[in-house]
Amino acid sequence: MKEDLVLPATREATEDAALEPLLEVSGLTKYFPVRGGFPIRRTVGHVQAVDGIDLTVHVAESFGLVGESGCGKSTTGRLITRLLEPTSGSVSYRGQDISHATRKQLAPIRSEIQMIFQDPYSSLNPRQTVGKIISGPMEINGIAPAGGREKRVRELLEIVGLNPEHFNRFPHEFSGGQRQRIGVARALSLEPKLIVADEPVSALDVSIQAQVVNLLQQVQKELGIAFLFIAHDLAVVRHFSQRVAVMYLGKIIEVGDRESIYDRPRHPYTHALLSAVPEVNLMDEEAPQHERIRLAGDVPSPINPPSGCRFRTRCWKAQDKCASEEPPLVRLSGNRSGHLTACHFPEEPTTQGRAEDIVLDPALAALEESSEG
Amino acid sequence: MTKAEGAPAPTGPDGFLSVRDLQVTFSTEDGPVKAVDGLSFDLHRGKTLGIVGESGSGKSVTNLTILGLHDPLFTTVDGEILLDGKELITATEKEMEKLRGNRAAMIFQDPLTALSPFYTVGRQIAEPYMKHRGVSKKAAWERAVEMLAKVGIPNPKERARDYPHQFSGGMRQRAMIAMALVCDPDLLIADEPTTALDVTVQAQILDLLKDLQQEFGSAIVFITHDLGVIADMADDIMVMYAGRAVERGTVDEVLRSPQHPYTWGLLNSMPRLDSDLSTPLSPIPGAPPSLLTPPPGCRFHPRCTFRERVGGTRCVTERPLLAPDRASACHLTAEQKRTIFVEEIRPRLG
Repeated sequence: MKEDLVLPATREATEDAALEPLLEVSGLTKYFPVRGGFPIRRTVGHVQAVDGIDLTVHVAESFGLVGESGCGKSTTGRLITRLLEPTSGSVSYRGQDISHATRKQLAPIRSEIQMIFQDPYSSLNPRQTVGKIISGPMEINGIAPAGGREKRVRELLEIVGLNPEHFNRFPHEFSGGQRQRIGVARALSLEPKLIVADEPVSALDVSIQAQVVNLLQQVQKELGIAFLFIAHDLAVVRHFSQRVAVMYLGKIIEVGDRESIYDRPRHPYTHALLSAVPEVNLMDEEAPQHERIRLAGDVPSPINPPSGCRFRTRCWKAQDKCASEEPPLVRLSGNRSGHLTACHFPEEPTTQGRAEDIVLDPALAALEESSEG
Repeated sequence: MTKAEGAPAPTGPDGFLSVRDLQVTFSTEDGPVKAVDGLSFDLHRGKTLGIVGESGSGKSVTNLTILGLHDPLFTTVDGEILLDGKELITATEKEMEKLRGNRAAMIFQDPLTALSPFYTVGRQIAEPYMKHRGVSKKAAWERAVEMLAKVGIPNPKERARDYPHQFSGGMRQRAMIAMALVCDPDLLIADEPTTALDVTVQAQILDLLKDLQQEFGSAIVFITHDLGVIADMADDIMVMYAGRAVERGTVDEVLRSPQHPYTWGLLNSMPRLDSDLSTPLSPIPGAPPSLLTPPPGCRFHPRCTFRERVGGTRCVTERPLLAPDRASACHLTAEQKRTIFVEEIRPRLG
């Protein structure tokens, strides 16, 4: 039945797929219209949620996307799963451009790209049993696994660490962490090749969060599923992802291997982000001092983003060039291959404490001065 | 009765805020829920007590009870809450009104729901000042502008006339801090004040709170689930689990030589920027218990991996008590706790 659809290549490329990119995104852009005015509501502007990003996710790779709220990371996830249609740019999955594919054309691909949502309470239908929730995708796609769907549901429940006998229960009978496991089982039910996980653990308590991170990691490694892991928690992303991209106001400002990004960040924003994470110093005082950077204010509005480099309004290194010229995302000298940074005046590749703290917040600076003086 | 009338009384040995054997029970359709079960702690002037715990551990309920913000119809409160020697549980609503926003103030997690959308930010900050200090509208407005400047809102004069929706998330939280500090409170309760914020903004707000505490000298109760934030903010830490305190001590004591299996579990399960990537995280097995039917004995025993080392059925039958000062509520002997931490827990923390 699927053969007559427009995207036959989705199954052809399987053999040489191991080194092939699974998902290629280039120039991806999504503008949401802002309507206003009275009495006729016209489009008065656009929220530039995602503005020209490029990224590649390889087969069986875990790729992390970090950034603060409003940076467009969730929109990116939704564009890739084609829950949203991009304004421009392309999303190609296994060589097929799906950026403007129709619902019908997407049907065979939907089963290969699955999503795990943030909130385990609102993403499960409270009126359906767990068995129904997990077998739903199989039903819709007309998949009848050997031994029947119920057997498959039991298998999936076992994989995600739930009691297989609980398939008749309803979501409210489970705790938050268990519900998130149900969400994972549902995403796995069609044996996907790519899972977009949008903040999958941020609604969970710390002790439960670790359980779900471990589960996702196990699923990713054992089943060879590629992950696009979207989160704001830098430590969780570091733990989960082999490659990481940092987003700011709709753009990727730095991307590279995990070690490269976390140990040798070059973009000032990556430095600021890493230095802002409150850390427990478990060992003795001799632990190396981390740099302290305090940015001023919040992220600017994506309706009217700053010209040139979008971070320049909060950056301590900004000069005239940053306002006039947008920095390209390139490999800087001294960086490992694959580590790209979009900055005219990059930082030293270290996270060690610097001679002087950077405090851009006017109130903080004033308070600190008065307490010193 | 207002703060202006009397110089602060000297702090007794038991601290400025002292809670003794606090029990908070909600009556629900399914039966009574003991949200807080025998909690005691002291907080001294100018110090910060960090309360860590997961959802449902009773950390927020404790603090709502301190300010009398619980619903008296469905809540039974027993024990003692002494603020500067004055009993708060038996205080009348009138007395509590004089206290709230004046000597004791609160910062909530979500500034958008905690601020009224119908009034300007300036008016909301000025209101408690006007009410408690009895000053003119104009003087209170000036104070509001001054407070907004203090918390780092640019153009405070103009921004005071804005409504909360015109502020960004970080600015709203700053406005709420301004509102809480406007009457120069002795006690500030901050309930997850940075959980809804981005990390770069969280770092600003935490630094701001620390600096303002230096200036105002308030005692702070800081509630959070994030151990990193606690390490940054608190002088003392109390770890709560299922309505009870399980460990207490200074920041260094609790984070560098924790003595309770639950604290070990929390530290182990938390990914850090410098943790070892070759090993998976070590989560605490299971899930927190329902407080409708809490487990007998030690409430952590169903999830505890060190239960066999205690031997016998003590963990199941006997509630471990939390001694005053540096202590942990666990049946393991002090010697066992020390050796387990040094030999088994610490190496895993990397």
